[in-house]
Amino acid sequence: MSTAPRKTTYREAAREAIREAMLRDPRVFLMGEDVGRYGGCYAVSKGLLQEFGEERIRDTPLSESAFVGAGIGAALGGMRPIVEVMSVNFSLLALDQIVNNAATIPHMSGGQFAVPLVMRMPTGSGRQVAAQHSHSLEGWYAHIPGLKIVAPATLEDVRGMLWTALEDPNPVLIFEHVQLYNMEGELSPAAGPVPIAGAAIRRPGRDLSIITYGGSLPKCLAAAEALATDGIEAEVIDLRSLRPLDDATIMASVARTRRVLIVDEGWRSGGLSAEISARIVEQAFYELDAPPARLCGVEVPIPYPKHLEDASVPQAESIRLAARALVRPA
Amino acid sequence: MSDFCMPSLGADMEKGTVVEWLKKPGDRIAKGDVVAVVETQKGSFEVEVFEDGVLSEIVVAVGTEVPVGAVLARIDSGEVATVPASAPPQAVMPSMPAFKPAVVPPPRPAGERLRLSPAAARRAAELGVDPRGVVGSGQGGAITLADVEAAVAKTARAAGGKTRRGFDPAAMRQAIAGAMARSKREIPHYYLGLPIDMDRALKWLAAENARRDIENRLLVGVLLLKATALALKDVPELNGFWIDGEPRLSSAVHVGWAISLRGGGLMAPAIHDADGKTVDQLMAALRDLVVRARTARLRGSEMTDPTVTITSLGERGAERVYGVIYPPQLAIVGFGAVRPAPAVLDGAVAVRPTVYATVSGDHRASDGVSGSRLLVAIDSRLQAPEAL
Repeated sequence: MSTAPRKTTYREAAREAIREAMLRDPRVFLMGEDVGRYGGCYAVSKGLLQEFGEERIRDTPLSESAFVGAGIGAALGGMRPIVEVMSVNFSLLALDQIVNNAATIPHMSGGQFAVPLVMRMPTGSGRQVAAQHSHSLEGWYAHIPGLKIVAPATLEDVRGMLWTALEDPNPVLIFEHVQLYNMEGELSPAAGPVPIAGAAIRRPGRDLSIITYGGSLPKCLAAAEALATDGIEAEVIDLRSLRPLDDATIMASVARTRRVLIVDEGWRSGGLSAEISARIVEQAFYELDAPPARLCGVEVPIPYPKHLEDASVPQAESIRLAARALVRPA
Repeated sequence: MSDFCMPSLGADMEKGTVVEWLKKPGDRIAKGDVVAVVETQKGSFEVEVFEDGVLSEIVVAVGTEVPVGAVLARIDSGEVATVPASAPPQAVMPSMPAFKPAVVPPPRPAGERLRLSPAAARRAAELGVDPRGVVGSGQGGAITLADVEAAVAKTARAAGGKTRRGFDPAAMRQAIAGAMARSKREIPHYYLGLPIDMDRALKWLAAENARRDIENRLLVGVLLLKATALALKDVPELNGFWIDGEPRLSSAVHVGWAISLRGGGLMAPAIHDADGKTVDQLMAALRDLVVRARTARLRGSEMTDPTVTITSLGERGAERVYGVIYPPQLAIVGFGAVRPAPAVLDGAVAVRPTVYATVSGDHRASDGVSGSRLLVAIDSRLQAPEAL
């Protein structure tokens, strides 16, 4: 087999991760709405039913509470379920299972039961599927002790985080941004599991830190590229894990750059960006040359028309302008 | 082909910044030519090369801070390379491009709270700087850390008069702190003192100066310098360095002359081969050195070559000084102010012009008897000023 990197997409890398897990561990199975015959609403699981059969690629009834609960039960029973929810908005129907059961059973059982459940769900806007399919609610889940929340934003991460999540005895929620599925890039055929803990510096810089995750990462990197032509070197941090947060990487970066912009497609009030901002002020106040700045989604339901949808979340140009204002105030 | 590297301009130097290239690729260079200006915690120094050749390549750009030993440029000496190729220098910290705030904020109305970033507040406290009056470039005119540091550097430049290059008194304080703390931590000092009768030396000096033009007159310091340099030829165990656990004595006597800077701080650059120079040559060298030290025009070798240091307090000030040895040197000789003092001559007390000479010696390298012989030798040289 050639070891040269080959062209692939985020979608294919996500599928390859599921295939590898199915091949490596017979306890792994995939379950969710339309994951089998239809191939997944974002076509991630296309072809897997033919390869692995109905026992392991299971189409479920339209009841998130039921099939997420079944996934929890399977995990308690020794299986390694991957439960796909069609959109983070629909996962609200399973909130009771996720928050009251998955996150608490290890605690309530005094550590006697682990819940090695992995849930995958698309999140975010940009596909013109309007306000009931486009929100970014991962910040909510990052509020819940007992859950681990990850957001792969690169081909390597979406390829490598799933297996590590399945190995974890805690429930892990993987959020895949809908705008990333078509992202193309090169991936080594040898690409394998990666740690799910810890943030990554995707671009080093000295003038400010841009902290982001998921679907906003490519936009931040594009903004950093544009800023560089203006003589501003932005450091871009990909959080990767939203719970727990990697405080050490964040604070070390802020100590170098002294200015920070947090970019989060989720809403501002009570959001993940607020948590990060608070931690920076608590832990790195004396490193700062300016108050931490946030660029978040506008606090409206995500609109359907493309121009309004685009305007409702951070884009490369608005990120560039916010960063510039922070480094060179008028 | 050989490498021209960032020199160590003192025991306490770890890194430096090239602030100016005085030669460009293709230029012919000769041993002793100044090719670059390097900025350190102790200020800026002109760095010379030690071989002939052609400057073939500049490796480190102006403004880049690199560690000691990093390759700055390559010299084609027309010979096969004998120096192993080093790894390319790792930039410690690229310097920040200067940018100005688009709008200079209007002066703050009296009574309004100072807008000072937390990082700037902490730095100002560390430097002991009053941030009021510093112009802020941050949001809403807030003073940032860079603003504080720029203001300190500007003050230092103003205080240094004609200093044309960067000089940071806080950094120099740090450098002195490092060297002196190391000295007291590592070097077991012994201290000796001897009052020296300066009657003959001053009378000779007065007669000598009476027949000279004002600009060619000699200062008493130059006699102390020459007498010490000659005495060190008699007592060589105090002249040299302590390196790798043993004394390395020097046959040449390069005297480091302590010069206090107007912006604060201290340097002790070398007067090379002081024992072989006439008093007139030493006087010229001393004048030149003081001017260049105060305008940051010293050469790198002048910082590293001293084999011994003299600290002379001049005509005003304390009677005696017990110096702290500058590592890795072996001794420091101190002279207080020349002043009238009671002395016993032929069994009677008389008032004589007297200088109190001291020596601080490294007890690892020598014993008090050597230091004592040095002071006696300085005394006897000063009793025959015409021979200096």
